Amino acid sequence: MLLTNSEVSKIARLARLAVNDTEIELARTQLSDIFTLIEQMQAVDTKGISPMSHAQDVSQRLRADVVTESNQRELFQSIAPQVEAGLYLVPQVIE
Amino acid sequence: MLNSNLQQIGSALRKKNISSVELTQLYLERIATYNPQLNAYITVNSELSLAQARAADEMLASGQAQPLTGIPIAQKDIFCAKGWRTTCGSKMLENFIAPYDAYVIELFNRAGAVSLGKTNMDEFAMGSSNETSYFGPVKNPWNQEYVPGGSSGGAASAVAARLCAAATGTDTGGSIRQPAGLCGISGLKPTYGVCSRYGMIAFASSLDQAGPMARSAADLALLLNAMAGYDARDSTSLQRDKEDYARELDKPLQGLRIGLPREFFAAGLSEDVAQAVEAALNEYRKLGAVIVDISLPNSQLAVPVYYVLAPAEASSNLSRFDGVRYGHRAADYKDLAQMYEKSRAEGFGAEVKRRIMIGTYVLSHGYYDAYYLQAQKIRRLIAQDFTDAFKQCDVIMGPTSPSTAFKFGEKGDDPVQMYLSDIYTIAVNLAGLPGMSIPCGFGANAMPVGLQIIGNYFEEARMLKVAHQYQLATDWHSRAPL
Repeated sequence: MLLTNSEVSKIARLARLAVNDTEIELARTQLSDIFTLIEQMQAVDTKGISPMSHAQDVSQRLRADVVTESNQRELFQSIAPQVEAGLYLVPQVIE
Repeated sequence: MLNSNLQQIGSALRKKNISSVELTQLYLERIATYNPQLNAYITVNSELSLAQARAADEMLASGQAQPLTGIPIAQKDIFCAKGWRTTCGSKMLENFIAPYDAYVIELFNRAGAVSLGKTNMDEFAMGSSNETSYFGPVKNPWNQEYVPGGSSGGAASAVAARLCAAATGTDTGGSIRQPAGLCGISGLKPTYGVCSRYGMIAFASSLDQAGPMARSAADLALLLNAMAGYDARDSTSLQRDKEDYARELDKPLQGLRIGLPREFFAAGLSEDVAQAVEAALNEYRKLGAVIVDISLPNSQLAVPVYYVLAPAEASSNLSRFDGVRYGHRAADYKDLAQMYEKSRAEGFGAEVKRRIMIGTYVLSHGYYDAYYLQAQKIRRLIAQDFTDAFKQCDVIMGPTSPSTAFKFGEKGDDPVQMYLSDIYTIAVNLAGLPGMSIPCGFGANAMPVGLQIIGNYFEEARMLKVAHQYQLATDWHSRAPL
């Protein structure tokens, strides 16, 4: 399967990855090869087969709605790129 | 001491023939000597290791020692360990000091094991040669021109080179078994759900599983005894009774039915690997096993299915790396969108980006049914093949990899060639079954060959027996490269 450069750009944008023109060209070739490999799946008749999302047939456990974590804000924010007054800083989003 | 098994080391520690501090220093010196060449460890922190060793010596002195107390092991750098730099082989986490312990780490700490450091790995566990690590490739100690395999290549290299007594790894598509095979050590991927994924940096959550890497099956059993266990913080952790994985080691193999999937011996398998595996099967015949011809008809679809499902899950899991709460953030950006895009473009390497893009594409509108859903349906067919096969046999055997270790750069810029090196291991992850690799000889390039043993769900104790009995009769596992 062959992807176009504009498809690769769109995928990169959806994935929030900045890519330059050289990277797009390389990604286009490599992703096309990978999708050619993946295309083998299309020949298989899977009518009536239920999708397997998980290795074990187990249902999601529930727990009591109680607080189990303690507040470790300072520890967690000590590894953040930019914090101020207990807040994570990002570029202004709302004018 | 370097060539002793874990039981012997534990016994020497309990008899005070050697202290944990002395043993830890011995390994730290070896790491200082050999790691500059092998690059098996990303982070070594002798202060933290020796503090653990001193605590272990206190446990030993007070008679509270457990089987692993005082034994120095290496942790794959995918496990968060409190106070340790935890990079996952990525620039994204180059300066990330984990604020908490993974459950596997917590269990080893409770058992009194000593951590020698964090082992190198393919970035975010995505790779089969260790060439995708931001911290440079790991060398195979048998010949440093060759790759150690991946993603747990640092762990495999460290165990083979005696830079630790044993190690942890993780396996999403073969990341324990393939490097174990390529470095001539033993490695076990347990049944999905046996070891907690809490604190193990996520790649593909429905496939990721932690497991032990060591020099023998008996050592793997001791390690798995410490690593396995229910953990409420992993939603897929299984609630099961505690078991002793060493309980069957000494039982005979008389009557064992070994299934050989004919698809694992078809085109694509190197002649030297086929010969070593055939010799191992002859050894099993001598031990009383019978060989049964089986088929896994959908196994050739495992690689395509995996390269839909694993990237899909990865693209979702890795969306957390946004440069806001932890990890790399770009220096210049004009707005929030550009901050995300530049931080991620700078923080991730080429293979990780490739897989994020594959995953993003197959999950995007209009393609979901054709790729993701179709892959999940074939995943069921692949799992069903194993269920059918285990009606005819007790364990399945075959090669771990289609060839022995290859040279650096050999698979170069061709991701598909690299992906096909996991052709025999991936189906096991898709089914959630336990699988292991043990050394069974050497190939034409004098590099180790791995024999893969696949068991039915929760049959780890039986697989370990099958491996251990072979290791009693042969000495491939005790060969050392250095």
